[in-house]
Amino acid sequence: MTSSRPIIIIGGSAGSLQAIFKMFTGMQDINHIVIILVIHRSRGADQGLEEIITAKTGLPAKEIEEKEIPVQGCLYVCPPDYHLLFEKDQSFTLDYSEKVNFCRPSIDVSFESGADVFGSSLIGILLSGANSDGADGLAYVREKKGKTIVQNPEEAQVPYMPLQAIHRNIADHIFTTAEIRSFIGELRK
Amino acid sequence: MVIISDEEIDLLLDDMLEIYGYDFTEYSKASLRRRIQRIIVNDRLTSFAEFRYRLKNSNDYFTHIIEEISVNVTEMLRDPGFYRAIVEKVIPVLTSYPFIRIWHAGCATGEEVYSMAILLKEAGLLHKSLIYGTDINPAALDKARQGIFPIGQLQQYSRNYIAAGGKGDFSDYYTSSYQLVKFDESLARKMVFSTHNLVTDSSFNSFQLIFCRNVMIYFDKKLQDRVLQLFDSSLEHFGFLALGTKETIRFSPIASNYSQLGREKIWRKKS
Ligand SMILES: C[S@@+](CC[C@H](N)C(=O)[O-])C[C@H]1O[C@@H](n2cnc3c(N)ncnc32)[C@H](O)[C@@H]1O
Repeated sequence: MTSSRPIIIIGGSAGSLQAIFKMFTGMQDINHIVIILVIHRSRGADQGLEEIITAKTGLPAKEIEEKEIPVQGCLYVCPPDYHLLFEKDQSFTLDYSEKVNFCRPSIDVSFESGADVFGSSLIGILLSGANSDGADGLAYVREKKGKTIVQNPEEAQVPYMPLQAIHRNIADHIFTTAEIRSFIGELRK
Repeated sequence: MVIISDEEIDLLLDDMLEIYGYDFTEYSKASLRRRIQRIIVNDRLTSFAEFRYRLKNSNDYFTHIIEEISVNVTEMLRDPGFYRAIVEKVIPVLTSYPFIRIWHAGCATGEEVYSMAILLKEAGLLHKSLIYGTDINPAALDKARQGIFPIGQLQQYSRNYIAAGGKGDFSDYYTSSYQLVKFDESLARKMVFSTHNLVTDSSFNSFQLIFCRNVMIYFDKKLQDRVLQLFDSSLEHFGFLALGTKETIRFSPIASNYSQLGREKIWRKKS
């Protein structure tokens, strides 16, 4: 089953928070879209990432709860130390299984599960980071007819992660944060 | 990668139920799919059909599936803040009981159980306690019985121990050799490990404290509610139920008879 409302999963690691702030600060609302953030961070630290995001961007953000079904208008943040999966009814599952690419949450895991459920409605965005998590998942998003966007490595604080995807030729677009921002705005139409 | 469809997952779940009596039909499909794909990759199988054939025709292979499908990831004193609350708010209440019974449901390889035994020992309560550790995975329970764990995570555990308010020296509780550490026999003597399936098995005792952490996240809402009923009927009056960081009883039928200890994932039965 593929839904028609677009769903965006944003994966990022080192240096990605700055990019997220740039993308969303001053955006009036995101009522047209569901946005999910899967960001690597050390567990225990940044307990209130959602509060920081709301404070910085003025947009509502919340930490994902298990079985919750996402609605438009909110930035959903994956909690530290759990993988994020999606069920057919589009609800979230938090999963405490082995780390993937030394990461939990792993961006690959969420991209892959999201692609299975959302297919061509999914937009996968990969931001700044220092490891190779995310590229396999993004390839799978594309295989399932979703859209793939990678942050322009020249702009990324840590270009390694975007470069992994670019070298594999799986990015539909290589965008700066400003371009991602207008891309998200365009979806409103 | 062998990609498995929802229909194929349903077929497997039917097989497991009909042939072996294990019911996974109310588990998260997204999580099951990942586990099954992982087994197929690790076992170098080339198709779904091959996997299904083995499942249907070999008891040994089914045992292997149970071992691999269950997520046995665990840690000692994970979330030190949670254990600090156990030490400060729950253990003092347990002191008054002549005999303390604790159940760790879904204990995997037992790290949680050893954690609790250490905390009870430091409170001077271990001698009058009995801790039950149960799981559906017999191989994990064998490891738990031995109390032998890889040395790699010990540093993290020591940090957890200090952050949880441990009173002694963590290294007093184990001896290490090569890549492994063995926890003190005196801890294991107060533990009972046995298989128990939360989906199909019933209550087997009454307890003052039940832990079930990061197990019910894999269950759908209906199964969660049933398992919570099982815990409710296994808890004494004023007993405690302790869940994982991302779990809650808030939306379940038993919620009204429990009060939460502040913001901790610990609930106390009212009557
Ligand atoms: C992620 S581990 C959690 C271990 C530990 N409680 C912790 O939080 O660190 C989940 C465990 O639940 C067990 N489990 C899954 N389904 C079960 C069931 N129906 N009955 C009992 N245990 C089950 C698995 O075998 C696995 O060992």
